[in-house]
Amino acid sequence: MTMPVALPGEPRVDLEQARAHGLSPEEFARVERILARTPTFTELGVFSVMWSEHCSYKSSRKYLRTLPQKSELVVQGGPGENAGAIDVGDGWVAVFKIESHNHPSYVEPYQGAATGVGGILRDIFTMGARPIASMNSLKFGSFAHPRTRYLIGGVVGGIGGYGNCVGVPTVAGEVMFDAAYNGNILVNAFSLGLARAGELWSAKASGVGNPVLYVGSATGRDGIHGASLLASAEFDAESESKRPTVQVGDPFTEKLLIEACLEAGRTGAIVAIQDMGAAGLTSSSSEMAARGGLGIDLDLDRVPLREQNLTPYEILLSESQERMLIVAQRGREAELQAVFEKWDLHAVVIGEITAGGRWRARWRGQIVADIPAVALADDAPLYDRPAAAPPARRAVFAQTRRADPAPAVALRAMLSNPNVASKRWVFRQYDSIVQGNTVAGPGGDAAVLRIKGSRRALALTVDSNPRACALDPYLGAVATVVEAARNVACTGAHPVGITNCLNYGNPERPEIMWQFAEGVRGLGDAARALGAPVVSGNVSFYNETEGRAIPPTPTIAMLGLVTDIAHRVGSHFRRAGDEILIVRTAAPSLAASEYAAMYGDAGEGLAPIDLERENALLEALVAVAERGLISSCHDVAEGGLAVAIAEACFDPEARLGAEVDLRILGRADAVELFGEGASTVVISAAPSDCAELMRSFTDRGLNAYRAGRVLSEPRLALAPVVDENVTELYELYEGALPRRLQSHD
Amino acid sequence: MKWGVVRFPGSLDDNDALYALAEVMGQEAAMLWHKDTALGGAECILLPGGFSYGDYLRTGAIARFSPIMRSVEKFAADGGLVIGTCNGFQILCEAHLLPGALTRNRTLSFICERIHVRVENARTPFTRAMRQGDILALPIKHGEGLYVAPEAELRDMEEHGQVILRYCDAAGGESEAANPNGSMRAIAGVANDRFNVFGLMPHPEHAVEAMLGGTDGRKIFESIAARA
Repeated sequence: MTMPVALPGEPRVDLEQARAHGLSPEEFARVERILARTPTFTELGVFSVMWSEHCSYKSSRKYLRTLPQKSELVVQGGPGENAGAIDVGDGWVAVFKIESHNHPSYVEPYQGAATGVGGILRDIFTMGARPIASMNSLKFGSFAHPRTRYLIGGVVGGIGGYGNCVGVPTVAGEVMFDAAYNGNILVNAFSLGLARAGELWSAKASGVGNPVLYVGSATGRDGIHGASLLASAEFDAESESKRPTVQVGDPFTEKLLIEACLEAGRTGAIVAIQDMGAAGLTSSSSEMAARGGLGIDLDLDRVPLREQNLTPYEILLSESQERMLIVAQRGREAELQAVFEKWDLHAVVIGEITAGGRWRARWRGQIVADIPAVALADDAPLYDRPAAAPPARRAVFAQTRRADPAPAVALRAMLSNPNVASKRWVFRQYDSIVQGNTVAGPGGDAAVLRIKGSRRALALTVDSNPRACALDPYLGAVATVVEAARNVACTGAHPVGITNCLNYGNPERPEIMWQFAEGVRGLGDAARALGAPVVSGNVSFYNETEGRAIPPTPTIAMLGLVTDIAHRVGSHFRRAGDEILIVRTAAPSLAASEYAAMYGDAGEGLAPIDLERENALLEALVAVAERGLISSCHDVAEGGLAVAIAEACFDPEARLGAEVDLRILGRADAVELFGEGASTVVISAAPSDCAELMRSFTDRGLNAYRAGRVLSEPRLALAPVVDENVTELYELYEGALPRRLQSHD
Repeated sequence: MKWGVVRFPGSLDDNDALYALAEVMGQEAAMLWHKDTALGGAECILLPGGFSYGDYLRTGAIARFSPIMRSVEKFAADGGLVIGTCNGFQILCEAHLLPGALTRNRTLSFICERIHVRVENARTPFTRAMRQGDILALPIKHGEGLYVAPEAELRDMEEHGQVILRYCDAAGGESEAANPNGSMRAIAGVANDRFNVFGLMPHPEHAVEAMLGGTDGRKIFESIAARA
């Protein structure tokens, strides 16, 4: 074996250089132990990205192992492949995942968000699934922050610019604004695809001698160290200078790559395939080889380049977008190349699978890297970092309670609050209907997508609740999962699977590690109780700027399964004369509510969550939908019951009203109107069905109230404290976000 | 009727158009590849929405040079029926098969929403199953749908009845608010002077099933298919 040698002009490799690459002294020593020598500069770069927090999950793996990953429907759950997969029946498998692109989006919002969409799409079609829907969860700073409007415009533009051009509808999402994200926004991108059952592709190499094909865009210098230096470190005043680590997206090439890969898959000549995502060629090649217990030889001179004179270091670490690595059946590479040629894409053999487990790269006649593949993919140090609760739990959002305004005043202010108001300004910029499956698009509790040729349908939602997580990272995570499940159940769908994006601060701080541990514990407990396993996910640490961490923000995307699309339920009231039922599992509270964020906190903590009762509510909601007993169902979320009832009146196509007597529920105060803690839904149904409906809920021990009726005129009466015109409220609700974006206060 | 749907690299609504025609409307329809020149005996050619060639230069500017466009141009010159939706409309304008051009929306942003259009001329092969003044609810989804043409040309088109669809509100009234992209004279769809080529920004192929929000798009396809 030839030993890799230093190339002329390369920096010297020592501890200082290792530190500059983000490796700790212990990690550098471990590299030297594994190689039994000092790594070359190229090898150091390769280790630094593969062992980065972003790629190795070295601080989180211990906790992620505790999550439930299996159910009778799970086809692929947990690590090992690019995304999770759930059997949705009629011969279809849903493949889905969510991923963060927080730091790139803060540094360069348009490209950061765009490539976040592109990256998650590749994780889906690399499984052999055609991407059919995208969602995103966005957290921006306050409107008072000078960068916020720029970031909103860039991120929304980037998501639209990429998603619209690639032909995958963006069907749902959430957007929140809070000063806690001033220095570190969150951009979490989700994608879901459909594959035929039994036809998923693998990312595990096999077959010594099989050729390795590079397909897609040429390699440039963009995105080098995106995973290590950008995603796995805190922000500081220098972060702007990291802009060159942000990749640049080309959705047109991605569209071609989707079509070409799916067509190439039909040849049966693909053995394994993986996206060149974070850590690019290095991660895709070493991970595929390691999974198969094999090695790989790469010839870097054959890699298509965008410009000459890239060093092997740059070629291996580039995060240029829209590239895939394929292990092909030996002798059938020409078949695959013909498909890519048809779509005008590069498809070049750049290496082959070897026995012996070495990951080797050759450049201009010499070996530049020679490392055991498993050392890169699996042997990153695992950390059990100290975790400790802070001495006094301080809510990030806490402030002292001021006097309550009059209910009608508070309702108008609430509907004008960008966190509560319509997000139409955002989702109107996304193509939500391409591919022709969108039965319910953005703006409802969950999106609903039909499956062509099947009675079944999929419900999708993405949720987070940082205010609750800031108060209690365990209960906040439980509440988030429960809310996501309730959102899909409101449409009549069974919650069947979760993917999560866990956004936290610096894990080297015990308080953050404790938040994370508590969040994962909450996620696991809730997922187990609801029977919705966590099939894929992503961890994003180091979300802090100059020592200020974001509030713990686990983002939960939930897949729901509608067994018959005919029983799908919408969130708007549909018929005047219908009765309005309020069903809930517990009493509401102002803790962690939007109301508390606006008018101050009385210091309440979160109430415990009874997961059995939550499950009972979910089951009841799906049961009454499947029996066709309800006209509409809407979840109570930000802004509480008053906002939920108003939203149920806000059908753009019809203008109905509602009359609800709050005294039937208990008390007509701010807690009842704007409280959020309890799991609550607003249902409308024909009066003749209400007795049976009430039994469906009360038999399960739930609190259910026949509290009002749907009106034919646009009037919202929440007796005895609110009596407002729905059209006026609707204008506030629709106009709030555009007004804030245009104003300069 | 036999339909041909052209797939350019970057076409996005090609499968949706094929599905609407073949599966929903029961028409005979086939996909045509941009590198080919044969039209497969199609009696109506549909250029679908999308971002052909990424639309990095000008929308539709590259697609018009695709090999299949030579055949489509000849087909149109011979009187064959051609309909272009969204990016297809942009390509037809770039290819000078239709007058005018499509530029960035007044909002400078992409807009996806359900809008209304009024049928201005029902005596065309594309609108014959409707009546003048009928109002259609159709989705739009585009970033560059602001229709422009020189004033003299616009006047000429109006006189000849080439303005086929105009944006309006649900009741048929015209207003700034009802013109989503700021098109001149609220123009949503135009025909050539021989009335065999039709381009429109709304997506009839996304309005053929009640479950997906409406069926008004069928009326356009039914008009074309009813060509006796």
